[in-house]
Amino acid sequence: MSESVAISAKGLTKRFGDLTAVDSIDLEIPEAAIYGFLGPNGSGKSTAIRMLCGLLTPSAGEVEVLGYKVPGQAEKVKREIGYMTQKFSLYEDLTVTENLKFLATVYGVPANKLKETVDGAVERYWLTEQRSQFAATLSGGQKQRLALAGATLHRPRLLILDEPTSAVDPQSRRDFWDILFGLAEEGTTVLVSSHYMDEAERCHRLAILDEGRVVAEGRPRDLIRDIGAGVVEIETSAPRAARDCLEKIDGVQSVAQLGARLHALTAKSVEDPEGLVSNALKQADVDAEVATVMANLEDVFVVATRLNHEQGKSNDAA
Amino acid sequence: MLRRLLAIAGKEIRQLKRDRLTFGMIVGVPLLQILLFGYAIDLDVRNVEAAVADHANTSLSRQLIASADASQVVKITRSASGPEELRELLDTGQIDVGIFIPPDFERRVIDGHRPVGQLLINGSDPTVERIARGLSEMPLPGQRARQLLFAPRTYYNPERRSPVNIVPALIGVILHMTMVLFTAIAIVRERERGNLEMLITTPVKPAELMLGKITPYVLIGLIQVTLIVLVSRWLFDVPVRGSITDLYLASMFFILASLALGLTVSTFAKTQFEAMQLTVFTFLPSILLSGFMFPFEGMPRAAQWIGEVIPLTHFVRLSRGILVRGTEIGALHREIWPLLVFFAVFMVVATLRFKKRLD
Repeated sequence: MSESVAISAKGLTKRFGDLTAVDSIDLEIPEAAIYGFLGPNGSGKSTAIRMLCGLLTPSAGEVEVLGYKVPGQAEKVKREIGYMTQKFSLYEDLTVTENLKFLATVYGVPANKLKETVDGAVERYWLTEQRSQFAATLSGGQKQRLALAGATLHRPRLLILDEPTSAVDPQSRRDFWDILFGLAEEGTTVLVSSHYMDEAERCHRLAILDEGRVVAEGRPRDLIRDIGAGVVEIETSAPRAARDCLEKIDGVQSVAQLGARLHALTAKSVEDPEGLVSNALKQADVDAEVATVMANLEDVFVVATRLNHEQGKSNDAA
Repeated sequence: MLRRLLAIAGKEIRQLKRDRLTFGMIVGVPLLQILLFGYAIDLDVRNVEAAVADHANTSLSRQLIASADASQVVKITRSASGPEELRELLDTGQIDVGIFIPPDFERRVIDGHRPVGQLLINGSDPTVERIARGLSEMPLPGQRARQLLFAPRTYYNPERRSPVNIVPALIGVILHMTMVLFTAIAIVRERERGNLEMLITTPVKPAELMLGKITPYVLIGLIQVTLIVLVSRWLFDVPVRGSITDLYLASMFFILASLALGLTVSTFAKTQFEAMQLTVFTFLPSILLSGFMFPFEGMPRAAQWIGEVIPLTHFVRLSRGILVRGTEIGALHREIWPLLVFFAVFMVVATLRFKKRLD
């Protein structure tokens, strides 16, 4: 891909005392796309995002955002980014329009365009009915739309969202993503962190973070294709027994339960994953239907974090 | 620059109007304090409890006791058998003054060289001690008062009414308390509620944020001054001898110094509770070393130097000058520039310490 780069980071590191929250990550985030940070809580997503916004000073590494060095030129970057914090951070004791007016002024929207800008945002983010309601009384989804409206008033080139949908119902989440796609189409670069697999799947590109490291990076489809493991789906009435049995088998790296089904991930060296699994289950006398399937993003996540842990252990041993 | 500053100030005023507790404090703290200080604190001590042991028991000694009682300085509530019992009553705190009149009282009166009796005084309370000592100056009944060396003429507050002494300084105490606390909390609250993380990713400059935050409180401070002056005039007849414009000017300089201190406090505190603790910490030296509680002249040199740094010291001098002596503010310029220097220094400290970062 030869498109221009919105964010690039080399060896980005943040240490808090003995804890290394972000461990030498390299990033290249293209413009006008939705880029995802996927990882569990404590994987360093928020810390990385805060460094990219210039809110935290990196312990080591270089960052360039929209062509500006961060943190050196952080103040210039701040005019061109919109940042939506994990926790709702607008004023709960101000109304929807009061919050937006305040932010628009702070972002330097000219006085004669203030009303137009605020009205436009209220309409665009479906807050017309709530416009004179206090922010504290909004629902989770409304608060989130208000926060997004506030972060986009000044038409930023880069929008950074830290777990935007963690307190929101599924329908609101879908609506929210529709808005994000719209923004990306208009040319905004969107960086979004999440711990939801289905959200990660919607991103154009994705970095999986685990314990402060980028353990996998690429387009979701490519990541799934290049998983480097066999994925076997097992449907059984005795998932517990099947799991216990499979976890003891050499060549099976992990077993995860997805509703009534199990996903067993087998090592690359295993030539016939399906055969290995079905034989093992037969021997253990567990009745099950077995099929090789396409990996999903969760499988990718499990494999990548597992590799990271194994490397961590061997590094410690060496 | 100005637009962003005004946006922050406007937002702050909106939030203040909706914050009932803070709004109540703006009016409640001055009212409560002025009533407490005005009514409860009276530096003219009267009716100190006393006991008498009259071993002379002559008509003159009885007259003496009656005139001591009539002076209202002491109130004789009981009699005792002798010095030992008086001492006992002092020890147990039942009286503050014991009057002992010896059997040879009449002879001592004629003699004229020796004191005629003895006062046993509770020295653990300095005010009582000072007042009771005044009793020893009392003339004997039927005699002219001793000739005075000087005729004292007290200016500005000839009736020596306590509110006249206290209220001008009290304006400063109230302003210090509310201004430092409000600003310290105003910034820390944004941090606690997560607003600051959003605010510092905007192009707001620290100086805009700081100045925008304190602007509303300058107005609030002036409202408080008005309230205190009106109430103390109405309830305690405290005069405003100088110009009211001068008083507002002096108050404004002091308010600015207090607000800058509050902002600096806010950069040290992580929670609103910590901000409150730190405010109390700044409050004590101000009260004790400013000349509000204890006369400035009586303090040791080192304490006076510290006192000169404290804004309240200068404001107490300014407001006593303007309200009680009717001095023009121009004549008090020596008290103004320390306030401005204090404001400038702490504004710079607060702005430098306030980083637009989270670490």
